[in-house]
Amino acid sequence: MRKQNIILAMAATCALAGVAHAQSARDYISIVGSSTVYPFSTTVAEHFGKANSKFKTPKVESTGTGGGLKLFCGGVGVQYPDMTNASRKIKSSEVENCAKNGVKEIVEVKIGYDGIVVASSKKTKPMSLTRKDLWLALAKEIPEPGTGKLVANPLKTWKDVNPELPAQKIEVLGPPPTSGTRDAFVELVMDEGCKDFPAIKDLAKSDDKKAKAACGAIREDGAYIEAGENDNLIVNKLVSNLNALGIFGFSFLDENLDKIQGETIDGVPPNFENIASGKYPVSRPLFFYVKKAHVAVIPGMKEYIAEFTSEKAAGNEGYLADKGLIPLPPAERKQVAADANSLKTMTP
Amino acid sequence: MNKSDDSAATPPRRDIKALVNAGLKRRHAAERRFRWYGLTAISLGLAFVVLMFANIIGKGYPAFWQTYIELPITFDAAVIDPAGTRDPETLANADYAALIRASLRGLFPQVEGRRDLRALYGLISSNAPHRLRGEILADPALIGTTQVIQVLASAEVDTLVKGNINRALDESLRPISDQEIAWIDQLTADGRLTKRFNTILFSNGDSREPEQAGIRGALMGSFYTLLITFLLSFPIGVASAVYLEEFAPKNRWTDLIEVNINNLAAVPSIVFGLLGLAVFINFFGLPRSAPLVGGLVLSLMTLPVIIIAGRAALTSVPPSIREAALGMGASKLQMVSHHVLPLAMPGMLTGSIIGMARALGESAPLLMIGMVAFIVDVPRGFTDPATVLPVQIYLWADLPERAFVERTSAAIMVLLGFMILMNGLAIVLRKRFERRW
Repeated sequence: MRKQNIILAMAATCALAGVAHAQSARDYISIVGSSTVYPFSTTVAEHFGKANSKFKTPKVESTGTGGGLKLFCGGVGVQYPDMTNASRKIKSSEVENCAKNGVKEIVEVKIGYDGIVVASSKKTKPMSLTRKDLWLALAKEIPEPGTGKLVANPLKTWKDVNPELPAQKIEVLGPPPTSGTRDAFVELVMDEGCKDFPAIKDLAKSDDKKAKAACGAIREDGAYIEAGENDNLIVNKLVSNLNALGIFGFSFLDENLDKIQGETIDGVPPNFENIASGKYPVSRPLFFYVKKAHVAVIPGMKEYIAEFTSEKAAGNEGYLADKGLIPLPPAERKQVAADANSLKTMTP
Repeated sequence: MNKSDDSAATPPRRDIKALVNAGLKRRHAAERRFRWYGLTAISLGLAFVVLMFANIIGKGYPAFWQTYIELPITFDAAVIDPAGTRDPETLANADYAALIRASLRGLFPQVEGRRDLRALYGLISSNAPHRLRGEILADPALIGTTQVIQVLASAEVDTLVKGNINRALDESLRPISDQEIAWIDQLTADGRLTKRFNTILFSNGDSREPEQAGIRGALMGSFYTLLITFLLSFPIGVASAVYLEEFAPKNRWTDLIEVNINNLAAVPSIVFGLLGLAVFINFFGLPRSAPLVGGLVLSLMTLPVIIIAGRAALTSVPPSIREAALGMGASKLQMVSHHVLPLAMPGMLTGSIIGMARALGESAPLLMIGMVAFIVDVPRGFTDPATVLPVQIYLWADLPERAFVERTSAAIMVLLGFMILMNGLAIVLRKRFERRW
């Protein structure tokens, strides 16, 4: 029966190609987006589904921040997702793309922070790094000591970077360019680490874009290894390769403290308290975005937002903190919850 | 041939023998060497397989057991049903977590303070209240009595009991504190900890709590997806193979089609995913994440495999059978459907099963059509959102919680089990029904 219906439906859509979509109303929330927010979003979805027997458990897809926003901005209608998770703020180009497809009212909800850590095996001596060290070790081109001209990065060991660091080969495992973690790492570490070099400063005066590119370019000569989006894989590689450092989200460090250690950055060790207080320099906010036009159509969206912003989820002792999310400061949390529950849209 | 010339060119018989004997040792050695190479290659391959299985089974088998904690639960009427109406609505919405908390406080009266109590309650999985609700709804007469009930332990307790947390480490480096270990040790000493077969793994959908996560949702998703794949690709594949092999004229067009089919069989599967996204979802407007679309995409991928296997099976039927049938006055269609197809069927089925096994293990094309998703509810039809086994493995492998490691391996074991079953079935079919001429 069902198959027949489907074949009929396909025939009908063939006839009406592009005019009408043969999709029935959806009775569950569809969420897409960042793989970093995925562990938190799914936890809320599950709690929401269990607490409200009226609603079905939302479907959460892990598509990456960029992919999620692209789907989200596809248009208004049940075939498009209702919410998207993002490990960075929505870009103005994405807002424009959304508006072009009729998605004009977007509610932004900030859910907390995620620290990005540089970690190594527990069996090695911990290093104390600065963002300048990390930039020198990982940038594609760095200023030559004498002339200050940008040359292909010749540094081979950490000792070359900074005489206080061990004479250990530079080998860093990190996310590929498609990842939101990589974007955040470039923004928070590379862009900050390069700022004080005169060569970059000069470049910035003449050509801002070029300077930005020089800061953010990561070397491709084998010192930085793109290890895919799977953070567990990087953790396992660190355990077997004592020379390597790895870049990933704080929750993976938190869960594997018996095997790996986080390096201090600019003198601050990566732990829950330091990230929450903002002392640890490499942390980024996490968001989800809601399509306001869908709230009246898809059942349960308001309740899901209420669950995500509630104290029992996003609070200091909420279940998301148990999963490794760093909560917002209490005052900001209250504000965000109030704005989200009243569906305050973003101002362009 | 000139006989005298021939005898003049060949050296005397004894010389040949000497010549052969001289080279014999070298030839024997070469053969021994070659056998040795082969043996090494096979044992190396086997060693890798054994290593992989040992690794997966070693990591995965503890996941089939699950720790439970026996708690004496007092079904306090004041908590569950203060009005005494026994109204199912009231019973369903009662605060069952409070009963568990009361029971734990009874067992550990010395624990005080909000923080410590929170840690104590954390020993029990968050699904325990649902279980108590189930008990009460099934038998409201339990209200007012005290029962010993086995509730699910949390993932941390389970991991510790299975020995996957090193107790010797410093407290700050473990996911579980000294105090919690002391509580667990006391529970163990009291005989309240039991390990039971992990039925949850097979009865639940996905969950973010490792102890509540199961593969049933993924298994059902795989089932629906493969059903669609089989229903579409087998008839179409067999029909195309029969037409191309038995009826189609041999010309440039059919050659072109053949080349294309062979090419399609080698196209990376992600390409089919992109095609599925563009055609089935964006153009036809079929729902995202549905087994229906997954099955459509996978049948595109499986079709060339089935067609190629089917054509090979048809060519292996000897022409004498066709000639005999035609000679007896059968039409071409009768010849094919009565004689050739039945004889080729075992080979075709074998090919299809191997194609289906490949489809079962596929995850890349499903990423594009939204089946890489967190889905708690077990799918109940072809259009419900669903995920499949390999995707479930991929998703679990990416989660930070330690307890998901063993569950990932357990899911791999189940997937491998199905693969072995399907490939075994293919071998049985071939052995039992295939005829060789």
